[in-house]
Formats: sequence, structure tokens, C-alpha cells
Amino acid sequence: MSTEAHEDRISEVSKKFGITPEDYMLPARHMINLLDPDGTLREQSDQGTEPGHEYPLPSPAELMDAYSALAVGRRVNDQNSALVRQGRMAVYPSSHGQEACQVAASLCLEAGDWLFPTYRDTVAVLTKGVAPMEVMTSFRGEWHCGYDPKAYNCAPMSTPLTTQLLHAVGVAHAAKLRGENTVVVAMCGDGATSEGDFHEALNFAAVFKLPVIFFVQNNKYAISVPLAQQSAAPSLAHKAVGYGMAGERVDGNDLMALMAVMGRAVRLAREGNGPLLIEAHTYRMQAHTNADDDKRYREDAEVKGWIAKDPVTRMQAYLDDAGLLTEAAQAKITERAESVAKKLRDGMNQDADTPPSELFEHVFASKTTQLAEQQALLADELAREEA
Amino acid sequence: MTATTSRVNPNVSDATARAAAQAANENQPVTFGKALNTALADALVANDSVVIFGEDVGTLGGVFRITDGLTERFGTDRCFDTPLAESGIVGMAIGMAINEMRPVIEMQFDAFAYPAFEQIASHVAKMHNRTRGNVELPMVIRIPYAGGVGGVEHHCDSSEAYYAHTPGLKVFTPATVKDAYLMLREAIDSPDPVVFFEPKKLYWSKEQVDLAALAAEYEAKRAARTEGSARIARAGSDATLITYGPSVSTAMEAAKLAAEEGISLEVIDIRTIVPFDDETVCASVRKTGRAIVVAEAQGFVSVASEIVARVQERCFHSLAAPVLRVTGFDIPYPAPTLEKYNLPSAERILDAVDQLQWEA
Ligand SMILES: Cc1ncc(C[n+]2csc(CCOP(=O)(O)OP(=O)(O)O)c2C)c(N)n1
Ligand SMILES: [Mg+2]
Repeated sequence: MSTEAHEDRISEVSKKFGITPEDYMLPARHMINLLDPDGTLREQSDQGTEPGHEYPLPSPAELMDAYSALAVGRRVNDQNSALVRQGRMAVYPSSHGQEACQVAASLCLEAGDWLFPTYRDTVAVLTKGVAPMEVMTSFRGEWHCGYDPKAYNCAPMSTPLTTQLLHAVGVAHAAKLRGENTVVVAMCGDGATSEGDFHEALNFAAVFKLPVIFFVQNNKYAISVPLAQQSAAPSLAHKAVGYGMAGERVDGNDLMALMAVMGRAVRLAREGNGPLLIEAHTYRMQAHTNADDDKRYREDAEVKGWIAKDPVTRMQAYLDDAGLLTEAAQAKITERAESVAKKLRDGMNQDADTPPSELFEHVFASKTTQLAEQQALLADELAREEA
Repeated sequence: MTATTSRVNPNVSDATARAAAQAANENQPVTFGKALNTALADALVANDSVVIFGEDVGTLGGVFRITDGLTERFGTDRCFDTPLAESGIVGMAIGMAINEMRPVIEMQFDAFAYPAFEQIASHVAKMHNRTRGNVELPMVIRIPYAGGVGGVEHHCDSSEAYYAHTPGLKVFTPATVKDAYLMLREAIDSPDPVVFFEPKKLYWSKEQVDLAALAAEYEAKRAARTEGSARIARAGSDATLITYGPSVSTAMEAAKLAAEEGISLEVIDIRTIVPFDDETVCASVRKTGRAIVVAEAQGFVSVASEIVARVQERCFHSLAAPVLRVTGFDIPYPAPTLEKYNLPSAERILDAVDQLQWEA
């Protein structure tokens, strides 16, 4: 497909919005923000929207579902951190503070759509429908990812930064070649945008005009390194225009805004307008993982400053005020969150029991002679140990 | 088969004319490159999920013309150019394989595959294992490799050890025109990812091969499998030369020269480095009692080293002499004018043969 065709598509969609292609691709002047930190709906003039960057409010039903997933996500984050402290889980990169991004990344997708998460995105994976214990398998120190990606249309959580963005591009490309209208959400962090594969993935997606939403959670740090040391771009969303795609910034602690922005991005992508880049401004409230000491690189006051912007209390306050979150509804959501937490506690309190012989089983589709020999050697060692 | 010239004769039916033309073709020697090109075309016909992409593989047909005519014949959905980004090509292929396609991708030259190494080592090799067997990655990474063509820096590396060292990758390297066809078809049909090394000095080598008959044989599953099956390229009784890819022809030349001196060398073409055929290699060494591994790659921590280790572990009591290696030197691949000093030559192999502790 020619570049001209691509430009045509961009100019077509921008014409539909009554703006120039540049104004379509450039993020709006301000980030999209619908709810104030205290949960009040902002005046329309303060929402950051612009002609061609308009965001209708999600429906009450959508907001309630999203809030329910948000509350579960928060509970899961805190349960997992506790399990790590108790030594039941090896490591956990918590997304405490980023749950609104997590939830929106999955809820904007339909069943046949794909999600490509990172190590930080357990709550997004859970929201995609993967069973809680399956999601956490790798963090308890298992050798495999714990779930069947094809059963959930959800890739294994990727550790090598941004490598998964290219896989997302490939999944979208295969679907497009078969004439399917699958949309793919590909996630990464702010620091990861410095990696070469970030560039290659965005470029490929734009050149092949693929329905991929690149969703960057800008939580301000890559372990200890602040964003200013990663990029001199006006914003991460501005990088989109360099690839010929649309970018947008959104308040990553505002679930309502995230639902609106991600929902529109998925619609545009599904209609064949190519990829989009969404940058969500959020904050990691805990250390990078339990093994990190965040006191070495950020001030306590900075962290405390973000408590007032918490995504869970913000959404809760809005729904409360709107009369949507009845006591009964809140009780049901809490009950759901507790039952997921219990599943995790019960599961993690049982020892993982993978037979070491399985280490040789999936290196290839069928075992080579050499692997069979090595498997036998280990089996023999174990048998002698037992005798 | 006798040579037939097809003349345009109004009295001959179309079918007869076509048969005659084909008979003429059957007698044409086929190049290694044409065999690869035909294997790709046949795979595109055989399986709708096969897609080919890379740098310059579309309109141009690849810098070595291995994908020549494929875009024209099959369209841009089946064979297309990508932006210049090797990690991108491999990474996108992974995603396509996750989503039920069989990508066959081309790295333009050996050293230009290095930008893709993270994708290959961390994902291509490990996705099947990581997903406990739920996600297969049936993809082929074609890499033109090795020297002997007067290439400049970055165009002559023998990089097979990096990939062979990585669990989860299969590593193939054909040395004959027939194997070029069969091994590429097998690689494309494999449920596992295959790094497919094409000795670029062989692209223009020719053999009398009937590709149509070979295709029919392969598709009827009558062709002997090459994966995990080393080939006895020349039978012999005094010593074994174990080799692969670009070095097979050099070993064959050495064996011919040795025969003139009354020494009978067996030549084994490994064909697939992974999986490795210990059985054929060891049977030969046990028979001859002497072995030399010949490979163009630098010898230190190499595939050749691995083969030596395997042979001495398994055949120690049959050995009459230490297992030797004739390999490239441990230097960056030299400039065109100097490459002949680096490449294993028939003479260097024969010098090694002399050192195999022959009884007086
Ligand atoms: C290719 C690669 N390099 C380095 C690392 C080690 N590492 C893991 S997370 C991380 C920081 C990533 O920061 P960011 O992208 O902002 O995501 P966040 O952890 O903040 O969610 C680093 C350097 C890695 N996983 N992969
Ligand atoms: Mg970060």
C-alpha cells in the first residue's frame, strides 16, 4: 500500500472532523481530563477537548462496570504486595495508582481484540478475563507465563521493554490480511519509549496502516530515571505525528477520560484509520517492584502529592454524587474484589508443583534426541536422590 | 533423459508442446537460488498462511533475487517490502505467527540480522516454551551468510553459532541445490522457528535437478526428511570430514584430492545444525576412527568446537587420533583481497589429514 493512500486516509478522517491533517495527528493542546481529582465533572470548556478531539461521556453502565474492575484492580495490587511481603510471591511490580489506565486498556476492547501487556499490567490482563492465579503465575517464580494467550487474546506480559509492541503490530497485520477487523492495544511505559523497538513498531504500524493503539502509561519514572532524562519531546503523544499517526494525552488517573479517549481510539482504528498513540499521565505510588527502594530517587512529598489524585476515590466520588453507586452496588463490588483476593491468597498459599521434567517438553514442538537424553539424565538424578 | 528441443509445430497439440518444453527444462541445470525461489513459490501455493517479507524482497526480488517474481505472481499481500528495520521485521513476524500466519522473512545479509537479535533470542526462541506449548511460532528467518564472494565487511559473517547456541531455534543450512529446495520447504512447514542459513557463494551453483518432480515428491511426503538427518556426501573409509553449508564443497574437493593419493575420506554434510544428527556423525567416525571438522566460521567457541566435543564424548574408544578442526581464524572477517587466507581450503584440510597420526 502506498504512502499516498495513507495520507489520503489521514486527510479523509481529518476532513470528517473539519480540521487539518496536522491538527488531527497532533495531540490537543491540553490533556483530556473530564473529572477533577475530587470527582466533579469539569466544565466542557475545561475538559481539554477541541474540534476534532471531542470526547462524549461514557454511559453510566459503562462507568459502573469500569469502576467495578477498578476496585478489583486496586484490591489485587494490594493483595499481591502483601503476598510478596509474606514470601508467597517472588516479585510484584505493582500498578497501584495506575489502575484506571489498566482497566481502560482492556475494557475498550471487544472479545476478539488483542492485548499486549508488560510486567506492570497484571490488572489489565485480569480485566481482559484471565483467571487471577493464571495472571500471577510468572510472579510466583514459575518458568512459564501461566495462561494460554490464544484462549484470552492476551499476550504473555512482556519483560524485554517494547519488544511486544512489534508482536502487536504483527497480530494486527495478520488480521488485516485476512480481512478481520481486530483491534490491538499495545502497552508500554514512559521510559520504554526510548527503546528502538518503540520506534520500529510505531513506524511499521503507520506504514501498514494497522489498527493498533499504542498506550503509554507515563508514570514519570523508569525505575529511578525521570522522564526528562528519556526524552526531550514536547510530550510522548507528540511523537505520533512523526510517524503519521494521531496522538492524544489523557489524565491517566481519570477513568472517565480514559474510557472516552481509548473508546474513540479503538473506534477510529477499527474504521481503518490506522494506529494511534495515547499517552496517559499517571503515577506509580509504590516502588518499581518490591526489590526497589524509591526513596533513593524521589521525595516522599512528591508521592504524597499524588494521593489526592487517586483514580479509585475520584471515580467513587463521582458515581456517589451521580447517585449511581448505591450502598448495595458498592457492597457487591467489594465482595467481588474480596473474592478475587481470596482466590489469590488460597492459590499462592499452595506450593507451585511443576515437575522439573517439563522443562524439556516445550523447547520445541517435539523433543529433540538431545533434549530427551538430558531429560533422562535429570530424571535419573532425581530418582537416585529419592532412593 | 534425452535432450529434446521444443519447436513450434502446428501439428503438435498444446499439451504435447508443453510436455516437450518441460522435458527440455528438466534437463536444464538449476541454480541454488532458483531452487530456493521455487521452494518459496511452491510454499505460497501450498499454504495460504505463508507470507514473505523483508527489505527489497518485493519489486526487486531481493538483493540476491531469491524472491524474484513472487510479488508479481502472488500480490503484495503475500510478498512485500517492509521499512528498513530488522528488529521490526522479526518482531512483526512473531505477531503474525501468533495470529496463525507462517512468515518467511529475509535478513538482507548475515551481519544485518544483528539488530534483530533481541527479538530472536528473547522471543522467537522462547515463545513456545514461555507459553507452555500453547503458542507455536512457525516462522523462517532466511539469512544469506558466509564468504567466498569477495564481499566487504558486514557481508560475509558466519553467524550460525549465535543462533545454534540459543535453545528453541532450529538452524538449517543446505549445501546442495536439491537440499536448498527440500530444506526450505521443510523449514516453512516446521511448527518451530527455523533460522535458515543460505551460503551465499552457492547461490549461483548449478545441479541437474528436476524441481517439479522434487516438489511432487515432497508434497506426497515421499522425500526423505532432512531435519536432524546428516547426509553422507561422499562415502570413504580412512577418515571423516564433518562439515556443513559453504564448506561442504571445499571438503568434497579435498576428498577428491586425497583419493588421488590413496586416502579415502568420508564427507558428512550436517544439513541441520539444530537438531543435530549425532547418530550419522558418530557411526561414520566409529567406522573411520579419524575425524576433522571443517567450517568457515571462526573456530573459537564455534559449531565446529561443539561437533568435536560431541564426537570425542561419544567415539573416544574408536578414535585413532585427536579430532581436529579446520576453521576460519579468530579474526574479524577479512577484506576481499585477503579472504582466501582465512577460508578453509582443500590444502589446509589435507594438511590436517596428514596430522591424523597415520601409522607408518
Ligand atoms: C530491554 C530492557 N532493558 C532493561 C530492562 C530492565 N527494566 C525493567 S523495567 C525498567 C523500567 C521501565 O520503565 P517504564 O517504561 O517507564 O515502565 P514502568 O516500569 O515505569 O511501568 C527497566 C529499565 C528491561 N526489562 N528490558
Ligand atoms: Mg515509567
